[in-house]
Amino acid sequence: MDWGQIFTFTAESAFGTQAMYFAIAAIGLNIHFGYTGLLNFGHAGFMTCGAYGLAIPLAGGEIWGFEWGQQAMWKGVLIGLIAAGIFGLLLGIPTLRLRADYLAIVTIASAEILRIVVRATSLRGLTGGSNGINGFTTSFQNARPSFLDDGFLGYSSRQSWVLMLGWIFVLFAVGFTYLLIHSPWGRVVKAVREDEDAARALGKNAYSVKMQSLVLGGLFGAIGGMFFVLAQGSVQPTPQDFGTPKTFFIWVAVILGGTARLWGPVIGSIMFSGLLAFTDTSLREAVRADYIPDSILDGVQVGQMRFILLGLGLMLLMVFRPQGIFGDKRELALDAR
Amino acid sequence: MTRLLTTTTTVRALASVAVLFFVLLGLVPAASAQAEEGVNINANFIDETTDERTPATGTVLVLLDADGAEVASTEIGDDGRAFLAAPGPGTYIVQLDEGTLPEGVRLRNEGANELEITLQAGQIRGGIFALEQGEGSGGGGSRFLSDLVSLSFSGLKFGLIIAMCSIGLSLIFGTTGLTNFAHGELVTVGALTTLFFNQSMHLVLAAIIGVAVTAAFGLMNERTIWRPLRDRGTGLIAMLVISIGLSILVRYVLLYLAGGNRRAYNDFGNQSPIDFGPLTFVQRDIFIMVIALISLVLVAFAVTYTRTGKAMRAVADNVDLAESSGIDVQRVIQTVWIGGAGLAGLGGVLFGLDQTSKWDMGFELLLLMFAAVTLGGLGTAYGPLIGSVLVGLLVNLSTITFPEWFPGIGGTGLPTELKNIGALFVLVGILLIRPQGILGRADRIG
Amino acid sequence: MSRFTELKAVDPAILDNVPQEAGSAKPDAILTATGITRRFGGLVAVDVNHLEVQRGLITALIGPNGAGKTTFFNLITGFDAPDEGSWTFEGKPMGALAPHKVARQGMVRTFQLTKALSKITVIENMKLGAPSQSGENFFKALLHPLWRDQEKDIEEKADALLERFKLNHMREEFAGTLSGGQRKLLEMARALMTDPKLIMLDEPMAGVNPALTQSLLEHVKSLRDEGRTVIFVEHDMDVVRDVSDWVVVMAEGGIIAEGPHSAIGENKAVVDAYLGTTHDTALVFNEETTAKIDSAKIDSAKIADTAVTTEIEDPQ
Repeated sequence: MDWGQIFTFTAESAFGTQAMYFAIAAIGLNIHFGYTGLLNFGHAGFMTCGAYGLAIPLAGGEIWGFEWGQQAMWKGVLIGLIAAGIFGLLLGIPTLRLRADYLAIVTIASAEILRIVVRATSLRGLTGGSNGINGFTTSFQNARPSFLDDGFLGYSSRQSWVLMLGWIFVLFAVGFTYLLIHSPWGRVVKAVREDEDAARALGKNAYSVKMQSLVLGGLFGAIGGMFFVLAQGSVQPTPQDFGTPKTFFIWVAVILGGTARLWGPVIGSIMFSGLLAFTDTSLREAVRADYIPDSILDGVQVGQMRFILLGLGLMLLMVFRPQGIFGDKRELALDAR
Repeated sequence: MTRLLTTTTTVRALASVAVLFFVLLGLVPAASAQAEEGVNINANFIDETTDERTPATGTVLVLLDADGAEVASTEIGDDGRAFLAAPGPGTYIVQLDEGTLPEGVRLRNEGANELEITLQAGQIRGGIFALEQGEGSGGGGSRFLSDLVSLSFSGLKFGLIIAMCSIGLSLIFGTTGLTNFAHGELVTVGALTTLFFNQSMHLVLAAIIGVAVTAAFGLMNERTIWRPLRDRGTGLIAMLVISIGLSILVRYVLLYLAGGNRRAYNDFGNQSPIDFGPLTFVQRDIFIMVIALISLVLVAFAVTYTRTGKAMRAVADNVDLAESSGIDVQRVIQTVWIGGAGLAGLGGVLFGLDQTSKWDMGFELLLLMFAAVTLGGLGTAYGPLIGSVLVGLLVNLSTITFPEWFPGIGGTGLPTELKNIGALFVLVGILLIRPQGILGRADRIG
Repeated sequence: MSRFTELKAVDPAILDNVPQEAGSAKPDAILTATGITRRFGGLVAVDVNHLEVQRGLITALIGPNGAGKTTFFNLITGFDAPDEGSWTFEGKPMGALAPHKVARQGMVRTFQLTKALSKITVIENMKLGAPSQSGENFFKALLHPLWRDQEKDIEEKADALLERFKLNHMREEFAGTLSGGQRKLLEMARALMTDPKLIMLDEPMAGVNPALTQSLLEHVKSLRDEGRTVIFVEHDMDVVRDVSDWVVVMAEGGIIAEGPHSAIGENKAVVDAYLGTTHDTALVFNEETTAKIDSAKIDSAKIADTAVTTEIEDPQ
């Protein structure tokens, strides 16, 4: 067991690209679930919108006789955001007037179907089908300032450029959320979470405010998806990248950090990415060093183990610490009532 | 103190979930790769003008692994043949891209653009895609009709299977308010346990054990997780999230134990097709539909006429009222879990018999089950029956190729890979128009 | 604040010449409902031919379990849609308005099961009630200066109301930590933040300990003194007698009698046959649980009440 390597890897992951884009997407999900009480289980769908919305214009391509070259970065970002906004509206219109669980059902289904659609063979010219899209980050990497050419703190030059922008965006997003949540708008949103009918009886348009929240959180999800593919350098329509597992990862990050807490999603993402890397590498090391025999766990199954722990973690957190690891004591007291 | 108690119960519950699977299923070791594996594909059609065998040159073939990821792709050559190299032994799917077939050529069997092939180490196997040249725009009608018949047949079969899987989902929601995202895993547990026992005994025996295990697993879910959570007053939204956690946990424990391959049962697999007018089917299709119908009729009978069934509907209608009129609500909920899980398990077995079994099959069915249940009316007993059959028909019929004379969409149809989208549209449509479902009833507020 | 001045206290004597019968016309009706029907499946939950509510006074709505009182509240406030019927508030037609729009017209309700927003502090609960806040607009919310002054006004008003309702010591606590009675007070105070013309209280005294009942009653009366119209659902006849200017009796979804509490209270048939049998603790408790869910319950409650209501069909 190489503990030094395990810890280096853990620390690197805790502040690496995964933690960064998790944090951004988790801030969006926290607006959904934490502040508004929306059960969005299709966050990966918003990330898909952002990722493909960015990659398709940037990569250039051709479908149905329509051809486009490599576009400027801002166009990709804009298209990604618009796509996510539309996705949010489409999800919200049929569900937000109904009981909360309908949103859960529709989001989980739509996100999965969106992933199936983007990998459809007939859309190969647009989305690259099951191969996804590669080589769209050139212009982004060309814009990298020279002081990052040698990388930073052990991250490669390419990674550190994405990381720098990403973490700056995390700070921006936290500030943005702070302003919103401490405004009368934030008050209405929280009231809707606590009791929709009470808010409506006081003259608040619960449907409209839920829709605003769904779209806003979805935009953060889309931006998270953009940073994800910028860091990865490619878009792959695999379940791990854009399927329901990704949504659940972000859910765990939000709940771990504490729902409806400003820094909760950020802390949760850092902790979760670190934990994930730690269990993963230490298990792999243990398998390699034969502390765990192959008959119990082989290299492939280590990857499955993380999902088993994910499911278990989500359950245990929700049962025993629904307010997160650093939850508010006053809220805890309320839950116990 | 209560908190401590429930803590230990829940921990014990989670532990026993894992232990059960360690005991019931075994590890299925994967064979290691030695030589090269692959698939040889033939794709020819008869040219109607020359009456000659003609290669479908240029048609794109894709090889997918068990997880649905693309591992190789190629085109049919001038000799009407193509070779797809597989990265190792395992189960693969050869997919033919219908859009790339030569002009006017199509699959002889609508929708049959996939071949499932299991390769042993060093094995090369062959496969054929049966093609035919399209008739002119005038004669398309008869083909449309025969498609309609065969797709309706498979849709009905699929709908009956979904119905079995989703009755429990609806009744559990009705009696406890839980939107159980882990319901799909009951389907998988049924199919995979049966698969495991089918290695050493006949499918019928294995299925009985499989269904019993699923029912027991459902009961265990209720007793060790959901009832303690209800008792400590956990909110419905928290329970929904917990059910998602449970779903992931069980799904990946199943993957860990059973591996990621699609597999078929040992019995009833090789049956020769029977032609019946425009319909071609195998004996097991009838077998599946008859079993599904009998169990559904029995369930409907039980829910309508037996004491427990009436109590069940009373609880689904109104828990407080049922409780105050002397119904043992806990017992009813328990019965719903046992029955619902058993049915879901049997549904899984039938689905596995019809197609194949895989660690995440239940989760893939979950969307369709939700669509069916919402369509029929969440919480009702008969709603899922109607909803499921409609969803099953719709999902299958959505891939139909419309005849050329059909206004607007003639000659086109939804690619098979996108067929589940139809279910989503039904779901969204029903939420917009009649959110309480066909049989549901609007809630009272205040 | 401006709407305060518009409201004028009304002398209850204005109702002296109103005929004491169901559906009677009022001198100055703020709410008029006609032909409102709501069915749940085969069951008719509400079937109100005609009802007028006098402006500026306190109207009590009473009736046995399952009489349709809460459903009627839901219909009038837009939380449920009637199968038929129309109603006007301040002369404006209200059919098919969403609940939040109804509230913005100045008709605000409370709920039978108190809806204190648990994980929000008492003062934030109060501030939520204030109408037309520009900071509730998503884009303006981001710019603090745009709503800072309005927020200050709202906070002053909220503090004044908290003082009046004696909740100021709980100002920074989560609403979830309040006692049942305090929640009722908070809900009423919060409703007042909207400056309602008509306030509809669904069982304001249910579950409140006797010590608080008196102060709640005083608050209800003070609403009338401010010139606000109050409709409230209540089971306790003492309370009805104490505060109401007019009583409307519902049974089986329809309105069966109207009049001042003295007339309703003096009517021996009503007291014995109706209030006497249903106003026991078991049934009051039952009513509370009924509210939670669903129409099927109305069904059973109705069966239980049928014997009672048939006797009051003909009070004269």
